[in-house]
Amino acid sequence: MKYVDEFRNKNLVQALARSIRAITPARHLRFMEVCGTHTQNFFRFGLRSLLPESIELVAGPGCPVCVSPQKYIDVAIRIAGAADTMIVTFGDMMRVPGANSTLELVRSRGALVKVAYSPSDAVAAAKSHPGKRVIFLAVGFETTAPTIALALIQAKKEKLKNLFFFTSLKRIVPAMLHLANDRKSFIDGFLCPGHVSAIIGADDYKVIVAKYGIGCCVAGFEPVDMLQGLYALVKQAVLEKPKIDNQYSRIVRPAGNRKAREIINRVFTVTAAQWRGLGSIPDSGLKLKKEFIQFDAGTALGLDKARCAPPAASSLQCKCAQVLKGILRPPQCPIFGRKCSPENPIGPCMVSTEGACNAYYRYQGK
Amino acid sequence: MCLAIPMKIKKINGDFAEVETGGLVRTVNVQMVGGLKKGDYLIIHAGFAIEKVDPRRAKETLSLWHEIRR
Repeated sequence: MKYVDEFRNKNLVQALARSIRAITPARHLRFMEVCGTHTQNFFRFGLRSLLPESIELVAGPGCPVCVSPQKYIDVAIRIAGAADTMIVTFGDMMRVPGANSTLELVRSRGALVKVAYSPSDAVAAAKSHPGKRVIFLAVGFETTAPTIALALIQAKKEKLKNLFFFTSLKRIVPAMLHLANDRKSFIDGFLCPGHVSAIIGADDYKVIVAKYGIGCCVAGFEPVDMLQGLYALVKQAVLEKPKIDNQYSRIVRPAGNRKAREIINRVFTVTAAQWRGLGSIPDSGLKLKKEFIQFDAGTALGLDKARCAPPAASSLQCKCAQVLKGILRPPQCPIFGRKCSPENPIGPCMVSTEGACNAYYRYQGK
Repeated sequence: MCLAIPMKIKKINGDFAEVETGGLVRTVNVQMVGGLKKGDYLIIHAGFAIEKVDPRRAKETLSLWHEIRR
């Protein structure tokens, strides 16, 4: 077993789709795919067409690039142009539009911007460019946080003086609580992100069930995984017994990955964070602890206090904020597929391969 | 970012392991995951292993549905 083909088995997928149709009630059910990769994969594997019409899938806030606030992007673009500076970033960040530019554009004009696959690449870049001030754009959720924490521990061990982390790290559960509390984005169940859950554990969603009575199912990313996850959510809704189901138990333990959580806690502490579309949410972010503050680009380089230009007129029409809350479907945005496309994105949800608009556009979602 | 395809361990070397899927070989950091051995499957995120696959649980998940199908 390689854990791929078995979970893409056509007969099993069709049987699951039949099972879902058999138990789905006539009333409307609205489930949120919290993770952008779930949104992508429902389209990619053609699963949406197998579902009954009364099930509505809405994309959620689980795309790190999409939820990074406008100001974060603008500051990153501005600092990229500074002398003796190298920006190291995940690829998705390159084309996110700032007020007047993108990282890709400033790079084409000579700024030093390097795309990295791993936070370790930032440590390597700082070591091989001692004359440069290397700034890593540290965005992501709990899956990415421990990898960034390990890079920071490495940087401290090697006493690097030219490496800085511009952090915008997010915690998913406080954002889900925020959405659960918002009456406009009424949700019957959350399909919880598989790999964030691998770190935080399935039990972490208990508070959502307890406080708002909204059911949760942790699911993997293969077709069988996602349909099993939906089946569990439909069943919970029918029985009116919200709880936590863990479909992805081959990866996700009830208490998550203890080592990874210890690594996060060694380097970061919980803080309020700013989300695009959702505003400031208490306890939804991670900031560097005092012991690591010399690596914090926000304080050490004063980026937290940077001022930015107002957003461009075109971006004011972007409805990314409502899309991230599940209030609007991407095609309902007035500029979707017209002014805004993956080739010429106006908002981050169209840029990132985890963005809802990107998924709807590429797979012709209505 | 959530690359879902598990990669198989070929070799372990301290905090690092050589992993493989479909002919693609990568060296990844395995500091976050304990008790690993050759042949285990790992989920990789940004160059780091975040968890290993539990084969028994994988079988359970599949068998449950094979029964329902019958």
